[in-house]
Amino acid sequence: MTRPEIRNDVRITDTTLRDGSHAQAHQFTEEQVRDTVRALDRAGVEVIEVTHGDGLGGSTFNYGFSHTDELRLIAAAREEARTARIAVLLVPGIGTADDLRRAHDAGAEVVRVATHCTEADVSPQHFGVARELGMETVGFLMMAHRTPPEDLAKQARIMVDAGCQCPYVTDSAGALLMHEARARFEALVAEVGDEAWVGYHGHQNLSFGVANSVIAAEVGVKEIDGSLCALGAGSGNSPTEVLAAVFDRLGISTGLDVMALLDAAEDVVRPYLHRWPKMDRNAIVQGWAGVYSSFLLHAEHAAERYKVPTHEILRRCGELGLVGGQEDMIIDVALELARGREQG
Amino acid sequence: MSAPPGTRVPAAVVGPGNIGTDLLAKLARSSTVEVTAMVGVVESPGLDRARAAGIAASAEGVDWLLAQDPLPRIVFEATSARAHAANAPRYEAAGIRAVDLTPAHLGPMVCPAVNMPDHLDAPNVNMITCGGQATIPIVAAVSRVVDVPYAEIVASAASRSAGPGTRANIDEFTQTTARAVEEVGGAARGKAIIILNPVEPPMIMRDTIFCAIPGERWDDATTTAISASVHAMVARVQEYVPGYSLRADPQFDPPRPEWGGRGRVAVFLEVRGAGDYLPEYAGNLDIMTAAATRVGELIATELLTAGVPA
Repeated sequence: MTRPEIRNDVRITDTTLRDGSHAQAHQFTEEQVRDTVRALDRAGVEVIEVTHGDGLGGSTFNYGFSHTDELRLIAAAREEARTARIAVLLVPGIGTADDLRRAHDAGAEVVRVATHCTEADVSPQHFGVARELGMETVGFLMMAHRTPPEDLAKQARIMVDAGCQCPYVTDSAGALLMHEARARFEALVAEVGDEAWVGYHGHQNLSFGVANSVIAAEVGVKEIDGSLCALGAGSGNSPTEVLAAVFDRLGISTGLDVMALLDAAEDVVRPYLHRWPKMDRNAIVQGWAGVYSSFLLHAEHAAERYKVPTHEILRRCGELGLVGGQEDMIIDVALELARGREQG
Repeated sequence: MSAPPGTRVPAAVVGPGNIGTDLLAKLARSSTVEVTAMVGVVESPGLDRARAAGIAASAEGVDWLLAQDPLPRIVFEATSARAHAANAPRYEAAGIRAVDLTPAHLGPMVCPAVNMPDHLDAPNVNMITCGGQATIPIVAAVSRVVDVPYAEIVASAASRSAGPGTRANIDEFTQTTARAVEEVGGAARGKAIIILNPVEPPMIMRDTIFCAIPGERWDDATTTAISASVHAMVARVQEYVPGYSLRADPQFDPPRPEWGGRGRVAVFLEVRGAGDYLPEYAGNLDIMTAAATRVGELIATELLTAGVPA
């Protein structure tokens, strides 16, 4: 297996239409997807991720039902993309290899298989299927702050040996400070050598998404995620348009057209935003307490339903060490806090 | 004619790993099943543990088991799907009932609190999955009150309690459990999710069940009846899994447009293991061995009632 060719110093993958799905409560319409893909494609983005926020098969009570079936959105994105390729997220335990085959049939050419940062050994089944289908493969080691750099590198090795072409330091909670991110990038780059690339997916909860992306590029990370208008879970992802502008200033080539991305963010995405992701109290608590960013809207809903503060729910989620996918526990935590208040 | 009181049905455990050893501990307390043999294919600590408990144990596999006289009447298989697929026809040919804890799925999927009486004469029954044993009783409790067009279960287990087999084929868990939510639980459509959490100290197994409730049936009478049915079912499962409990009363959310005009009931469970051989947090493994023990006892009672040949 070889690494895919990367023509520039770094390659930006845009996840507005996947991580952004969280912030939009999974209500993307086909028209929004078509418009966004056209604008990203025009700006030179090479990989565009389109899936339910929690990956293939994520349309559920637990994570929120999709407004439009993700396979329809993937097919629409494929139609609009002239040069960009469409990526999908697959979280083993939520989505299955059959979901991946259907996504491939709908036009997906890249898969990002995501596990918690210590559980990479649930991914080989899906990497195997992806390689059989001839798809490019990325491995998301989520909540990367939860395990030390050397252990994260071992997990990356499991993925690479299973057919992953680019393990990612995935900072799902937006919790990694700059030295913590750097140590993880360096550990992964050293581990995979020239067998695979290393990637970085950031969140802005502590405002480090772009800063960590710069460090990533400096130490040899080649694939970096962004979202237009930061549209993503928690206080959103590293904004694609900011990454393009910053890398341009640094002389780090991305192949992106900064002005076209600014237009895409301002004219295409901003009008449909339900909310512009921001560093408010709840999102900062997520970065501070290391809570999966996608919990934000679910915690807000539970807070309203059970009359307890969102930030208290999120802090408790951090104390319990909940991982991505355990959105059901947010209701359980809210019930527990509500009982505590009655007794108090 | 009925067997005399105190008679126990001889049984074997095939697969002396953690599951087999925990099963042995549970079956040692049974008044209807007596484990007379533990079988592996290589010498292992599990076989030594069985011998220490006074049980004949062999590393010679099923060949050895089928050469015993008398033969066991029930075999609990805790090996792998492939091994069980090879062994199952031999058990059946020898007239031995099989309780299958592997993902082989040769016989009907059974959950003791839900559908075991329907399959008491089946030569081979399958124990579904850990998440299935925990959640399907709740889906069944709801679907006894009202049609369930869709049910979804989320099983969270401690990373340490998920073995290499589960990890290598996690789709097998989600697909089998989803199918059982439909076929055994009674939902028109099922979805299953599994999450592994490495937090220390290890988390106790948790399960959440969401069932869609048709909008036209949404009223106080329905939700009251569902709640009562869920509580009754939990009590039923507690008969064989004492650590099975509700974290809160069932939570009802009224119909919403984004749920297709349906309402929702959410049930939050904790499954604490008995701590026989497996640790308490591994409720996901405990519920499998506890349910298999219950199934074995129901089969044994049936065999005893039908009369054990002399």
